[in-house]
Formats: sequence, C-alpha cells, structure tokens
Amino acid sequence: MSKEHKKEKDTPDKKLKIAFYWAASCGGCEIAVLDINEKILDVVAAADILFWPVAIDTKYKDVEAMDDKNIDVCFFNGAIRTSENEHIAKLLRKKSKILISFGACAVHGGIPGLANLANREEVFKTAYLDNPSTENHDKTLPKTSVKVKEGELTLPEFYDTVKSLDQVVDVDYFLPGCPPPTKLIIDALDAIVKNKLPEKGSVLAPLKSVCDECRFEKSEKSIKDIKRVYEVDKIEEKCLLEQGIICLGPCTRGGCDARCLDANMPCTGCGGPTPNSLDQGAKMISALASILGLEAEEKMSDEEVDKLIEQVRDIVGTFYKYTLPVSLINRRVMK
Amino acid sequence: MKTVTIDPITRLEGHGKITIFLDKDGNVDNAYLQIPELRGFERFSQGRRAEDMPQITSRICGVCPVAHHFASTKALDEAFHVKPPAAASKLRELMYCGYFIYDHILHFYFLGGPDFVVGPDAPASQRNILGVIQKAGVDVGKEVIKHRAYGQKITAILGGKATHPVCGLPGGVSKGLDKEEVQEIKEMVKSCVDFSKFSLKLFDDVVLKNKDYVDMIKSDPYNLETYNMGLVDARNKVNFYDGMIRVTDQNAEEFLKFSGEDYTKHVSEHVEPWSYMKFPYLKKIGWHGLKDGKTSGVYRVGPLGRLNAADGMATPLADTEYKRFYETLGGKPVNSTLAYHWARLIELLYATERATELINDSDITSKHIRNPVGEPSEGVGVVEAARGTLIHHYNLDKNGLIEKANLIVATTNNAGAITMSIRDAAKGMIKKGEINNGILNKIEMAFRAYDPCFACATHSLPGGMPMEINIYDKNKKLYKTIKNF
Repeated sequence: MSKEHKKEKDTPDKKLKIAFYWAASCGGCEIAVLDINEKILDVVAAADILFWPVAIDTKYKDVEAMDDKNIDVCFFNGAIRTSENEHIAKLLRKKSKILISFGACAVHGGIPGLANLANREEVFKTAYLDNPSTENHDKTLPKTSVKVKEGELTLPEFYDTVKSLDQVVDVDYFLPGCPPPTKLIIDALDAIVKNKLPEKGSVLAPLKSVCDECRFEKSEKSIKDIKRVYEVDKIEEKCLLEQGIICLGPCTRGGCDARCLDANMPCTGCGGPTPNSLDQGAKMISALASILGLEAEEKMSDEEVDKLIEQVRDIVGTFYKYTLPVSLINRRVMK
Repeated sequence: MKTVTIDPITRLEGHGKITIFLDKDGNVDNAYLQIPELRGFERFSQGRRAEDMPQITSRICGVCPVAHHFASTKALDEAFHVKPPAAASKLRELMYCGYFIYDHILHFYFLGGPDFVVGPDAPASQRNILGVIQKAGVDVGKEVIKHRAYGQKITAILGGKATHPVCGLPGGVSKGLDKEEVQEIKEMVKSCVDFSKFSLKLFDDVVLKNKDYVDMIKSDPYNLETYNMGLVDARNKVNFYDGMIRVTDQNAEEFLKFSGEDYTKHVSEHVEPWSYMKFPYLKKIGWHGLKDGKTSGVYRVGPLGRLNAADGMATPLADTEYKRFYETLGGKPVNSTLAYHWARLIELLYATERATELINDSDITSKHIRNPVGEPSEGVGVVEAARGTLIHHYNLDKNGLIEKANLIVATTNNAGAITMSIRDAAKGMIKKGEINNGILNKIEMAFRAYDPCFACATHSLPGGMPMEINIYDKNKKLYKTIKNF
C-alpha cells in the first residue's frame, strides 16, 4: 500500500473516487457490478462512483486535464484489442492511484483472446469477405482513415494480437472471473473502503480451486474415455471428470462457488490459473494425462496413446478458453 | 466546413462514435455513426467444439448473454438434428422471460427513462437512475433494483449464472427445476407482473400526460419509415424465443415471412470502410444507401420493430396495451423512434405474463429435459434479443467442431436505422452551428431509444451518455469543444 493512499484515508471527509472503464469486453463486468444490488447504495454513500471516468461526474471536466493520480481506484475491464483500448489504458494508469484489472478479459485476455489464433487479416476476411450474408463485391474493408465527400472519418487501429491489461500497463490488483463473482466484488469494494487492500500484485480471490468448492463427490479418478458433454445421457451426482467430461475445476481459481457445476455443467476455467500455477492449460493437460493413465505411456502402444489423445478435441479452446494471451505459448505463429 | 465529432466512450462490441459535418451555414450536411471496435468472434469460433458455442458467443454481450446463449443452442439443435423435449423448450423460454425482465427494466429505468422522468434538458448529472429515484421516490428506486434482481435471479436459477449462463445444450438443457425453485420463481414472477403494470402507469403519468413529450414523440426528426422485422408465433403474435421471421412494410402489411434457415435468401449485409459494423438490408429491395421508405432495404428491429411486425401480443394484458399503443399514436405502423420506450414496457408486461404461464405449466418440473443428438451438420438459430432479431449460423465438421460461423446481431440489424435517426435528429436540432447540451441530449435520445448495444456503457448507475463534440473551422482548427462530462 502506498503512503499516498494511506494519506487519503486520513481525510475521511473526502469521498473516495472510484472509476470503471471497459475496453474490448462484453459489458458483463458492468452488469456484475450492478448485481451487488442494494449494496450499490452503500457504495454510493462511501464513494463517488465514476463508472467510466471520462464520463459521468460533472466535477471532472476532462480526464486528460486531470491531475495525475486523481482517481483513487480504477476498475478496468476488457482486453486490449485496438489502439483506442491501449490509449485509454495508459491514460487511466496515469490518472489512477490504484488500477485493478477486472474480469477475465483484462486479467487473462478472456474469450476475445482466442482471436490470437488468427490475425487482423484473417479476422477481417471472415467478417467482411468470406461470409454467407455479406455482399461485398468491391471487397471493402474498414480503414483507419477514410475520405467521404463531406470530410475525413477515422477508426482506431485493430491490432493483430489481443493483450491483457498488465501486458500494456502496470497493474496493482487482479480480480478474475467471467464475470467476477458478486461476492468477490463486494469483498473488494469493502477492502477499498476500509483501506484493507492486500499487497500490490495480489489476486483479489480465494486461494482454493473450483474443485474445492464443487458439490460433486470425488474419488480416485481414472477414466478410459473422454466424452463430450452432449454425449452423456444423464449427469450423475459425482465428479464430472470421473464421468469422462473435461472439467477445468482442478486447475481453476475458485471464489465462484462452482456455480456452473450446480447447473450440471463443467468448469471451463474463467477464473484463470490456481495460485502458483504459471499456465492453466498446461496444468490441466497434465492432470488429464494422469487421469487417463498416460503416465503408463511406456506400457502402451503408440496407437493406444494416439487414440487417447485424439479424443481431446480443440486443445486451445478447451484448455485456454480464457487465458490464451497470457499463456506460455500465447498466439498462433502467422506465416 | 465544420466537423462535429460526438465521441461517446461506449460500446457495441466496444465503443461508438458520431461524426457530424456542418455546411458553410452551420446546418447539418451529413452524419455518420461509426463503430470503432470489432472482436472477431466469427473467426475465432472456427475450430471450437460446437457445445462450447453457447458459452463462447454469450461473451459477445454481457448485457444480453441469454439471447446469444439460446440463439446458439437453437443453432446446435438444428445442426445436430435434435428437437428438445417440451419441458426443455419451456425452461429455455422461461429463462428467456427472466432475461427480458431484467434487460427491459435496466433500459427503461437506468438508460432511456431518465430522459423523460427527469427531463431531456435536465443537467447530465441528474439524467440517471439516481435522478429517477430522486424524482419518483426512494421506494420506487428500491422496487427497480429489486425487480431487475428478480429477472437476474430467475435467469441464474435456470442457467447456472445470469451473466454468461451455462445450461444450453443441443437437445435440451442441463438443469431442471425442483419444487422449491418453482415456488421461488412463482413469487418473483407475480411481483414482476405488478411492477410491469406500475411501470406502464408511470409512463402514462410522466410521458403520455405531458403534451410536450407526446409532441416530441410525434415530431419529424424522430420519425423513420422503414420496414419492420421480428419473430412471430403461428398467430402472428410477438414471440421472443421462437417462430418465423416476419417483415412488414410501411403500410403495416406483410412483406416477407420466412424461417431462420432461409435468412441468407432475404437478408444481406453491406460493408462501409468507415465503420467496423456492417449494414444489413432486405435483399429483395437491395442496399440503396442510408435512406428510409419503400425503396430502401433498411429495416428496424427491437421492441418497436417487433410490435410493428406482429398482429398483437399473445397474453391478455399486454395485448390490451398493444391496442392502446396504436390507438394513441395514430395507427399502424408507429414510426416514431421514441415510441421504442413504450413498446419496451409493453414487452416487459408480456414477458412477465408469459413467465407466469410457463412457471404454472405442469411440464416445468419434468425430469425429461434432454434428447440424444444426431450427426453434426449445419444449423441456424434465431431468437429475438431484447434489442432485436439475432441470428447464429454454424457449419460443423464430422467431429462436432465449428468450421464456419456467421452472426447477425440485434444492434447490427438496426445499424442503418440508427445512423439515419442520428442524422435526422441532428438535422432537426442543429441550426446555424448552434449547439448546446440540451440539443446534444436530444440527438442522443434518437439513438438511445434503440437501446443500442454500443450504448451499454450507460447501463450503469450514474447513467448519462458521455459525449464530446469537437467543432472544427474550415481550416480544421479546433474552434469549440462541448462535453457533457
């Protein structure tokens, strides 16, 4: 905790200034904040909320003209996809004492980070050219600058690669999840108001895994076949992995109360890696290999090994659904 | 020539930007709505497991994840040649009603409503939910928060999570309802019906009894004569979850009616180099630029588009409101953009009535909620998102992986209409280069009515659309800046 922030606390008459901003994201993080429901009124009492700092409070004439560190805490959600996203990220870093990377996209790149399997050219080709409902004989593509008859129109640059927030600016705290669970948001807001945030760089979520929070009973896991979730007729009341369904619970940070499992669906990993794990997907692949008995590889024929591995379809989308931009291998190499 | 750039830090797949060009007299020459963001879902869906699509595509929009979730699930039903059991369809539709309840409440009270309840000329700092609470009372504010939360809760009970649900599977849903959950939902739904009636009465008292507002609703800058599109049931009544796509013309007569799988025969998308958003149009008419009328293929979707494209509502109270809507606003179709707000509240009432029917249905606790799937192939799924018709189209390979995905999202369907509404409002409001915050807000109102997804940023507690107008002189030097923040 910086000295500066403690000083802030010493003047209680001064309300906290909180800001929210989104970059390349879906808006679900904002809805998650609204889902604290009536508690939002407590927050309003304790802090001036500037959802989107450049936007709301009339006391802020211009974010760019603001003094540096004027915002106490900025919650930033969304990945960095365009030049505009990057520009605002840098601006808000400068204007905020504490910057919180909020939600899977800002923290790990999120689902939009799967676009690192392609580049700008391929994304454009799919959206504007090679598309069953698009009529585009002139092969028009969006451009960063276009002359129309009345003048010039500009668009921000669409980058080749999606980045997480901490890949472009220094981040103080991380609050993962897609979206972050309500309870974790309330805890974070509470810690901010009471000036009880942990040390810089912390993840504002429990240390346990989704598995630890799951209602299903677990025993020694050993399976022979992997099943797709729609291939299973009926979900039994036991660990999904034991039923052959790939579930990222063991390798995903909890704090969500394993909500997806309550709906009989596997964890897909939105909380990101468990503590002290560098790479969520790699950890899960290794866990799965052991469940499938691949440790006994030397006793198997190549054919048997291939057959087992072949059952796992779409390795990147299955094991790196939310974390591709921050994983050890973070994009497809484009020729 | 002067350039006015309204740069809202908002979003459809990101953010929106309006650039208005003034002529030498300071009147509006033309206006452009630009969507400066793209995330590329259609590309990175390729190679994914089909069953992941309902959860991947829900991340297109966190405000309407349920719409994407079920457009996707329905596309998978088709692609795997499986019809869900009756109970599964009812559970999906019930969850869909929960989604409409929270989304329409969110829009009316947090976003669109403040313009009317607090007033279009009120300071930006008051045109928000807190201003509404101040004007209508804290009790109303608490009711708003409570019922929005009910909508979320119903969705969460059925979907696992409200934002980014997980229950959709080809051939059904992953989770049924037990008796306790049924009871809990029944109580919430009952309260929501009353709250919808209250909301319509509030609209009556605040808007319809105020002649200035009614005149504003009917005024030229807020009128657009386009085709209208929406899903209808077998009796041509509005349906959110299923049905045929119906298009009506400027005389409210049926122009087209087709099933989702035929969408490429009837809808095409046009590309402009100055926006990442495409402009859909009716293929039969063609793309003839940004204009309205019979000879332009531009159409509207969303609450007003749906009401205009249908013959009524399928539930009694909503149907009565439907009739009153047309009687009050001068017959069918209603072309006023600001009438979207009223249409939205009528749909809110329908969603609560329909939810009541479904939660009382004897099938709703059935354990038979999944059917086995067939071989993977190709499928189209269509639903009505809160903001309009939503189409998902997938081609699957033999291993059930996505080969190709095409998505036409609700707000994209309205791209042409929204751009024109902004242009017309700007033309009607800005005269001789005179611009102030009231005028700016009235231009905002033209597109806020659509609840466009790029305005989702204003789905927030403080509300208010951040906008910046930069006026440049002939030499492109900054002459004046107006901001509402």
